[in-house]
Parts: sequence; structure tokens; C-alpha cells
Amino acid sequence: MRIRVGHLFPDYLNIYADRGNMAVLAQRAAWRGHELVVEALGADDVVQPGQHDLYYIGGGQDREQELIAPALAAHGPALLRAVEGGAALLAVCGGYQLLGRFYRDQRGEELPGVGLFPLHTVAGERRMIGDVLLECELEPGERRTLAGFENHAGRTYLDQGAEPLGGVLAGFGNDGESGYEGCRARRAIGTYLHGPLLPRNPWLADWLLAQALAHSADEAVAPELEPLEDGLEAAAHEVAAGRARARGGRY
Amino acid sequence: MRLPLAAEILLARAAARLSRFAGAGGGTTLPGKLLCKLDPGAVDRLAARLPDGAAIVSATNGKTTTAAMAARILGPSFRLAHNRSGANLVSGVASALLAARDAQLGLFEVDEAALPEVARRVEPRAVCLGNLFRDQLDRYGELELLAQRWRAAVAELPEGAALVVNGDDPQVGDLAAGRQGAVTFGLDDPRHASPELQHAADSKWCIRCGTPYHYAAAYIGHLGDYRCPNCGHTRPPLDLVARAIELNGLESVSFELFVPEGSRRVELAVPGLYNVYNALAAAGLTRALGVDLNGVVAGLQGFSAAFGRFERIVLGDRTLLVLLIKNPAGANEVVRTLVVGGPPRTLLVALNDEIADGRDISWIWDVDFEPLLGSLDRLVATGERAAELALRFKYAGLPAGAIDVEPSLEEALDRGLELTPAGGELVALPTYTAMLALRDLVAQRGFVRPYWEEAAA
Repeated sequence: MRIRVGHLFPDYLNIYADRGNMAVLAQRAAWRGHELVVEALGADDVVQPGQHDLYYIGGGQDREQELIAPALAAHGPALLRAVEGGAALLAVCGGYQLLGRFYRDQRGEELPGVGLFPLHTVAGERRMIGDVLLECELEPGERRTLAGFENHAGRTYLDQGAEPLGGVLAGFGNDGESGYEGCRARRAIGTYLHGPLLPRNPWLADWLLAQALAHSADEAVAPELEPLEDGLEAAAHEVAAGRARARGGRY
Repeated sequence: MRLPLAAEILLARAAARLSRFAGAGGGTTLPGKLLCKLDPGAVDRLAARLPDGAAIVSATNGKTTTAAMAARILGPSFRLAHNRSGANLVSGVASALLAARDAQLGLFEVDEAALPEVARRVEPRAVCLGNLFRDQLDRYGELELLAQRWRAAVAELPEGAALVVNGDDPQVGDLAAGRQGAVTFGLDDPRHASPELQHAADSKWCIRCGTPYHYAAAYIGHLGDYRCPNCGHTRPPLDLVARAIELNGLESVSFELFVPEGSRRVELAVPGLYNVYNALAAAGLTRALGVDLNGVVAGLQGFSAAFGRFERIVLGDRTLLVLLIKNPAGANEVVRTLVVGGPPRTLLVALNDEIADGRDISWIWDVDFEPLLGSLDRLVATGERAAELALRFKYAGLPAGAIDVEPSLEEALDRGLELTPAGGELVALPTYTAMLALRDLVAQRGFVRPYWEEAAA
């Protein structure tokens, strides 16, 4: 089956090796006989709800994020409809912040966001940098860990009732205090974790692919994917998880 | 209570000997650290004693090599205090000052983030700034922030200090604007331009107005001949230019060096376009210190290799070629050089994640390793993050059967040598601390001198 991916602003938002995430999605789809067709979506493109099964948005430096923020906001309503229509989405770091309701900078000025995730972000004094380990339960009863690296000055606060991506086992997370990291809404996931995230956490790559396949086939339930040989991935996960436990950031 | 400077110096030198005696390493930073602790102002006073002043080199990539080339050029004219093993924070500069008792001129490579403090303390008479690429964002923060700090540091330089900058880097070239007598260097040979901007290019957007630059030629990452189609911000006129560049694989590179008073052919004994940039930087810096064109060319041609940057080590009937990798832009040039020279069939890559390597290893996914895959039979992945490195190659399409994961550097080295036929060469790409460990290993086997002995040579 074809999985159609809309990659938002890949020229601008790619700071923490976001293309590693794309490579993992493409290969893991291909190894199971699916084809990932990736389309770059920039300022001059139109986001057409229903045309993509999976969206990806990465992180950038402040300057790049400022350059694309207005164009991303213009795509906002279409992205919201796409996710309401069952498209999957992964937003990492800066992309995660930009999809919240707003970002308040050091001077107190608010940049409006897309409002796809029920959260807002406030610029902080100190950067939160280091290895992170989360525990997630995306499907009831299936607890899995995510190991990544975070580097953000923004503190992200979830709205009352918003669902985080996971609980922080080691590291800072959304705001360094709440014990939560990331956000989840329908088939959309936002997180500060890079590293990149998917190579050492292949279960999340497979979860996203399964959600995208469900959207592509217009099914309510995501299909079971055939398991792959993940020995190297497990070894990399274990080392990264150990790093987070030993030296993840804390206040 | 503050000890007299002479007593502090004695104490710090004793610490260096103790560090070597204890087998704790070369003592290339410990004495400086101790001195900085005892008296932060001691560096300033030690530098002020240098009769011919001090010169500084900084850049994301190439600062160790540039400084080593400059040392070669300056060697016949000056006794140097030079931090040649790459200890490039304030403490490393202090250690170099302590180690060189009768030095006339200080030559310091300086960490990008440490540049403002070192410049303030040593009050250099010449500063050479090479390039800014994304590197260890976990440590340096974002590029724009670093560029701002550099702008502030340049504004604070002593009035008479000479400034030499890479005009091909939009952020760095702009530092010459408004500074009297600033010297710019760059390449002018579009035959060697990349067909498109590399993934690792960073300053792709006009520093004035944010519009994407048009490149008449992009050489390495975002280094090249750029022009903003909107506001017209463009590469400054170049004072030192390399033209007619001939790349000779893994062996060497030659180019025509143009300076205002003429030109000369330069044959470098190290390969790659990036070494042409390093040579231009060293030429600009040493000319600012009064060396004539003959002296510059002679020094450049006498240069062989800088510490761990491009080192060939003979190990019995095989050789080991060590090329340091530390960030996407630098690693891409290493890959390009290997491809031009005939890509290896066996490759050892060592990825560590200590502070000096960068704790965040995501950068390996931004390196274009793909051109090596076509002729690669076997990858030996090693270092603390060996498995992650193996994943980088697995998802690039290298079959799992062609990857050996061996976290122990010693066993990985043996495995790599075993896979290399007698008379052949094993190519090793280590990150910084892995490079130090690799050199240690071959030193233990008696093949290279430990780095502190070399640094003292």
C-alpha cells in the first residue's frame, strides 16, 4: 500500500537530524512491502486534508522557526481538519511548539500557533538539555519506553485534560516539573525528543505507520504490522535509556 | 591571598609532570586548569609577557589544522607558545603558555564559544575566523547565538588587531564589514562546487533579510559564492583567493594562491577542499603577522598533518588512516575526500558521546555517508554508541550482515586490521575522544608517540 507523507518545511526545520526519522519510516514501510511517498510542503504549497496519511514536522533554530511561523499558521486550519479526519502526525521539538496554541517569548510577546495540540509554551531562562527516557501507553495495556535527547528553552504546559505522550522516567520533559512529556491528540503526537527519535524507538515508528495505513485504507482500527528483526535497535535503545538514567537532566 | 605569578607557574608545571607520571594523560589541560583556578588573571599576564604578542584561530571546522599550518609557517621566525594538541579552552591556552618558557609569539586555536573570553584575556594582534557550522548544539547552542558572540568579540578587539575572515561564509564574512583593514579569503573555482547545497548547509538564508541565497558556487556546506536575490547581500571582495584547484585523491591537493601582490602555486601534502580553506586561513593569518609570500608558501608545502586530523600510522604490514569526524559539515568533507581517493571496502567508525564529542549524537544522521555505501563490504561500528552508528548505516541501506558492532575500540581495531589485507590500509573515522583512545591504543603497541611528547617536540 502507498503511504502518503506530507513533510512540512523540510528545508527549514531539520535541525536534529529529522531525516533520520524519515529514513526509518521509509525503510520499515518498504521492508513490509509498502511504499512511502514523501512530499515536501512549503509556504507555496496547499495542505489538502485527506491527501496525506502522515504529516511530519521537525525542529529548527529560532531564526528558521521565525521565518516559517507565518506560513505554518496559514496551513493551520487545513492541518487541523486533516488530523480530525484521521491522518497521523509526528511533530518534534520546534514543530511541536509551533503546533500548540501559542508561544510566549522572552519579552512576553505571544506568537500564535496552529492550535492542533491543547498546550502553550513559554520561553524559559535555562535550556533543558540532556538524555530523556519516557514511559508511554499509546494502546491500553501496552507500556513501552521511548529514549531520546532533549534541548529546549521553552517550557510547554498542557491544558487541563490534555493527554501527554508519556511520563518522564529520567530527564526534564515538557516543563521540567510536571513529570510529563509530549502531547497526544487522536493520531497526532508531539514531543521534544530527538536523537533522532525513531531509529532507537522502532515501536513508535511502527505505531505511526499502522495509523497512517489505517487512514489510507479508511479503517477505524490500525492493522497489525509484521514484526522485523530489531536487534540493533534494541541495543541502541538500551544504551540511550542507560544514558538517560545516568545523566538525564534534572533540576 | 594570591601567590606571586612565578610561584603559580611552578605549581602548575609540577601538576603537568604529576599528571604524566600518574598516567592520567598529557597534562595538556591540567596545569592550565590549576592556574586558572589559582588566579584567573594569570593567563592575561602570561600572554602580556609574549614579546611578539598572540594570534588566535577559531572556526567550527579546521582550527587545529589551520593553527598547525600557521605554526609551520611561523616556525622559522618565532619561538611559539602553541596549543597544538587541541586543548582549546582558556585552560588549554594557559597550559600552552606555561609549557613554552621562552616563547616569543602565542599561537592559539580557540574553541568557538571560548573566543570572546580568550580574546579579552590575551589581547591578540591577529585573529583568524574560519567558519560556523552547526556543531554540538547541546553545548554551543544555536548558530545565530554563536555568531552574535563573535560579532561582539570582534567589536571589542584591540584597535590595531588584524582580522582575517572567510568571505565564503555569510555569517563570518560579514564580520569584515566596517572593520578597517580586515582581510577576506575564499575559493574561486566553480569546477569543484557541489551540484546543490548539502544537507548540512546552515546559513542558507540571507543574514540581512532571510531570503534564500543564490549560490554561483557552493563548495562546502554553505561556504561559497553567495548573493541574496532580494537585498543584494553578497560575498565580500576577496583579498586571498584559491583558484585552479587540483584534488589528488587521498594524497594531496594543489592550488594557485592569489594575494594582492601576485600569485604562487601551492602543493599541500594533505588532501581535500577543506584543507584549501585551512591553507588560505593560515596564509591570511601569517601574512598579517608579517611573513612574506615565500615564507607562507614554503611553510604550507612543508606541512604534513595535524594531530589526528589526517594521520597515516604504519602498523606492521598494514597502515591505519585516521580521519577525525565531529560534525556533519566536517564529516561530509571526509567522506567526499575518501570517495575521490577511492572509497574503502572496510571502514571503522568510532562514535563516542562524551562532552568533547557532543552528548547528543543526532548529528550522525545529518552526515551524508551514503556515497561510501556502494563499495563498502564491511563496516566495523565501535565506540560507546556503536549500535546507534550501526543503525545509521542500516537505514541507509547497508545489509545487516555487512555490519559488525563491537563497542570495544581495541577489539574493533583488531577486527578491522584482520579484515584488511597485508599491505593494505584500514580507514578509521573516530569522534574526538575515540580518536584520542585510538591513538593511545596504537601508542601502547609502540607505533606512535603519545600526544604530549609530540606536543612538546
